[in-house]
Amino acid sequence: MMQAGLHALLSHWWRRPFQLVTLLLGLATATALWSGVQAINTEARASYDRAAQALGAESRDRIVARDGAAINQDDFVALRRAGWLVTPVVDGRVQTENGSIRLLGVDPFTLPGGSLPGDLADTALDLSFLTPPGQVVVSPATADRLAGTDLPPIVRVEGVAPAMGYADIGIAQDLLGLRGQLSYLLVLDDQPLTRPSLDTIAPDLRVREGQGQADLARLTDSFHLNLTAFGLLSFAVGLFIVRGAVGLAFEQRRPVFRTLRALGLSTRALLGLLMAELLVFAVVAGALGIALGYLIATLLLPDVAATLRGLYGASVEGELSIAPVWWLTGLGISVLGTAIAAGSSLWQVARLPLLAPAQPRAWAMARERSMRWQAVAALALAVLAALTGWLGSGLVAGFAMLGALLIAAALALPLILHGALRLGGRMARGPVREWFWADTRQQLPGLSLALMALLLALATNIGVGTMVSSFRLTFTGWLDQRLASELYVTAEDEAQAGDLRAFLEERSRAVLPIFSAEGEIGGLPTEIYGVADHPTYRDNWPILSAQPDVWDRVAEGDGVLINEQLSYRDDLSPGDAIIVSGWQTEVAGIYSDYGNPLAQVLVGMDALDRFEDVRRTEFGVRIDPSETGALTDALIDTFGLSPDAIVDQARLKQMSLSVFERTFAVTGALNVLTLAVAGFAILTSLMTLATMRLPQLAPVWALGLTRGRLARLEMWRALLLAGLTMLLALPVGLLLAWVLLAVINVEAFGWRLPMHLFPGQWVLLMGLSLLAALLASLWPARRIARTPPADMLKVFANER
Amino acid sequence: MLSVDTLSKTYPGEAGPTAVLKGVSFGLDDGDTMALQGESGSGKSTLLHLIGGLDRADSGRIVIGEDEVTALDDRGRARLRRDSVGIVFQQFNLIPSLTVADNLAFQARLAGRRDTDWDARLTERLGLADHGKKYPEQLSGGQQQRVAIGRALAAKPRLVLADEPTGNLDEDTGERVLDLMLDLVRETGATLLMVTHSAQLAARMNRRLYLERGALSG
Ligand SMILES: Nc1ncnc2c1ncn2[C@@H]1O[C@H](COP(=O)(O)OP(=O)(O)OP(=O)(O)O)[C@@H](O)[C@H]1O
Ligand SMILES: [Mg+2]
Repeated sequence: MMQAGLHALLSHWWRRPFQLVTLLLGLATATALWSGVQAINTEARASYDRAAQALGAESRDRIVARDGAAINQDDFVALRRAGWLVTPVVDGRVQTENGSIRLLGVDPFTLPGGSLPGDLADTALDLSFLTPPGQVVVSPATADRLAGTDLPPIVRVEGVAPAMGYADIGIAQDLLGLRGQLSYLLVLDDQPLTRPSLDTIAPDLRVREGQGQADLARLTDSFHLNLTAFGLLSFAVGLFIVRGAVGLAFEQRRPVFRTLRALGLSTRALLGLLMAELLVFAVVAGALGIALGYLIATLLLPDVAATLRGLYGASVEGELSIAPVWWLTGLGISVLGTAIAAGSSLWQVARLPLLAPAQPRAWAMARERSMRWQAVAALALAVLAALTGWLGSGLVAGFAMLGALLIAAALALPLILHGALRLGGRMARGPVREWFWADTRQQLPGLSLALMALLLALATNIGVGTMVSSFRLTFTGWLDQRLASELYVTAEDEAQAGDLRAFLEERSRAVLPIFSAEGEIGGLPTEIYGVADHPTYRDNWPILSAQPDVWDRVAEGDGVLINEQLSYRDDLSPGDAIIVSGWQTEVAGIYSDYGNPLAQVLVGMDALDRFEDVRRTEFGVRIDPSETGALTDALIDTFGLSPDAIVDQARLKQMSLSVFERTFAVTGALNVLTLAVAGFAILTSLMTLATMRLPQLAPVWALGLTRGRLARLEMWRALLLAGLTMLLALPVGLLLAWVLLAVINVEAFGWRLPMHLFPGQWVLLMGLSLLAALLASLWPARRIARTPPADMLKVFANER
Repeated sequence: MLSVDTLSKTYPGEAGPTAVLKGVSFGLDDGDTMALQGESGSGKSTLLHLIGGLDRADSGRIVIGEDEVTALDDRGRARLRRDSVGIVFQQFNLIPSLTVADNLAFQARLAGRRDTDWDARLTERLGLADHGKKYPEQLSGGQQQRVAIGRALAAKPRLVLADEPTGNLDEDTGERVLDLMLDLVRETGATLLMVTHSAQLAARMNRRLYLERGALSG
């Protein structure tokens, strides 16, 4: 019985292979888009986690001497013995006849893998690195410069910073004349839970906390959020295809279900068979989807890698490794997606009455009922979205709002289109046009799932596009304001800072000290920056809201500026009282500080003296932009500063711009992909409708319209529906962008991005969606144009 | 007004091509009403389709008035169907997305010959006055056929082709619908060519044609 039942159920698919392909392909693309985006995200994160551990970045905690002098090597040994996982580093300059390099001596035995920059991380360091004369690893360019000097043998490795060299710690100690001494110890990640405190082992040392590049990491988080939202929505778009295919297959198999039930198959057994069938499809399509997702990820990863490299200065390897977890989650998401898409169909089978009169009119009435139900649901969800936006807080509420909004829009779409088509029909003149509008309205139920998918794809496009573009515009504008100085220089220590300042003052219009300290507000860590009273700040600083004469008050120590994050966190406005590390003062103003996860306070230079451990090493330099290159070279030559210590404002801006270009490339690729999926959904719906189309078209043809004209009208119909959907997607997408920028971003990162509108993008998108509709309707239209008259005539004959 | 000359049509079939019409010739004058009879599969519908420009003949000539149907291309035949011929099939004549009233006026409006007085009279005579705003699926079979007849006549075509228009109706209803149709055709002065199985109905036409395996007999 079961076997016969299974055979009866499966035979449906063999007779309709196109439906089967649609189902599998829809499910596969949904899985592919989701798992591809996930793969990119995971890979990128893993890569810059590795990068964040690299030596150059000061992301790790370091152990340094309290007096700033060198550390005795015995302290290192004592710490290791006591269980501290630390690795020693010597850091110094080596002069050669061809200029100097900054030499880092490292211990390959205790240094975790992947801590070294560029290809060095993957280069096997062998015995000749460790034993005298040792080796010095530098970039190829530096190697050329150092050729012929009396350094140990030079090894060229891509990805090492210019003017930097790496050597074994013993070799480096000899070269730097620091025998038995260390510059600092790096504290590794996985420390034992119990270990004696630093004070009991080496009271002269202290831990200096890593500064991290967490601020930039936050920016990349924003980017990933973006990608994840995209992946999720693409998945949803794919599910619409699956929903359509499953719904149709179940609808068409209704008589088979009835027969099987009548023959004695229990509802439970029938459901079991159907679920087993769907499970097989889900697994097959899931596997296919994972392979496709892998393809998408490998195609997109270079762009993503470039984006993140630009953002983070860290390498994301352009290669992808498939983890077993990936396979499993991919299959899981495919099965879950099938369950979601098939849920209501299975439910209907469970409640299928044994004897149901096949009344087309009853069916139409059911459809009207479901329309009404849809309207109620859409309204309820819209209200829910508004309420969550109004009352809710937190990231979850933000995403709930997003979801409710999108589903509400999707549910409302058929109703709105219905209304629009009715209106169009009223305004139409001439019998063919009237028929066109009425007939389009009749096609709506069959197309609405695909159009919903298109709506989601377009709204996502508009939403994410607006978000990314707004981000770019705001961020670059903000960089212009915030990075008003042409050059930013950080000295290695305060002694050097004094010389540096004198050196710079001779060669620039102004030198603006940017001194900083760590403090707390309400027990939470806060960055404190001292700023000079200078027009550079008065004219440029990105103030969001402030009391009058804010800069005078800050300069006089009569108030502080706080960043937007802090104002959201502690609900502070200008004029409010604030206590910064015990100093009672007032908020004079709020400024925007994108990408920074931490609270930040700007105080006058004099007020900064109140705080402990002030770093007096950074300067902003105002010079003619054309002179930055020469000054940078002079700084490197004179002070031996590492290139990392000098930031050229123009370069930074250009870099962030190129980051956004690449972000656009990725977003653009995903845009096209989701649109293609939506286009495919339209195609499959049109194809399934085509089989039912003949009885609707044949009378019109018999009354004197050519097949060619009918085919052209079919294409116009697809264009009309896509165009109307796009018009509706516009407000939905903008609302989506607003939620992303004003709700989710604030919840996730603590800053709010102003929203900008980009009508040019909309026009382009309208063009793309029309193109997708045109392509999707091309084949069905061709089929109409080629239908033999005899097939048309069969509609009117007895035997149908 | 209609002349058919050695008309032939062959359908490709699974068991080789089958000749459905084998050199059929006849003519009709203005206002003629002709019954086309014959066994099932003898080619009656095919002949009607060729005359109405719905399909192409393999050889032979069909002329309606000045129009040589067999020489027309796809667009020409579409125009012919629109302007000169009214067709009623056995079933599924109506456009499902349009109301009864819109269906009735559709062809006349296509041909640019809408006559609202005539429409109203047709609607009245066909007993459709209460159904104008309904959709075809909400009508009974007999009502649907009456709409189809009304639509074929609304444009006052020169030639009306009907393929068993009452074949799906019970005898009484069929009789009444046909009476009505004959009356209305006479009123417009159109020529009628109608396929029917009923000798009774055929008797009420002024001419009869008998088709036997693709050729005229008797
Ligand atoms: N599209 C087609 N392809 C192949 N053969 C066809 C096609 N249409 C009709 N035929 C064949 O042509 C022959 C004539 O068909 P036609 O429909 O003209 O007969 P008919 O006289 O109208 O019969 P009925 O009284 O049953 O309606 C039949 O044998 C039929 O099987
Ligand atoms: Mg027939």
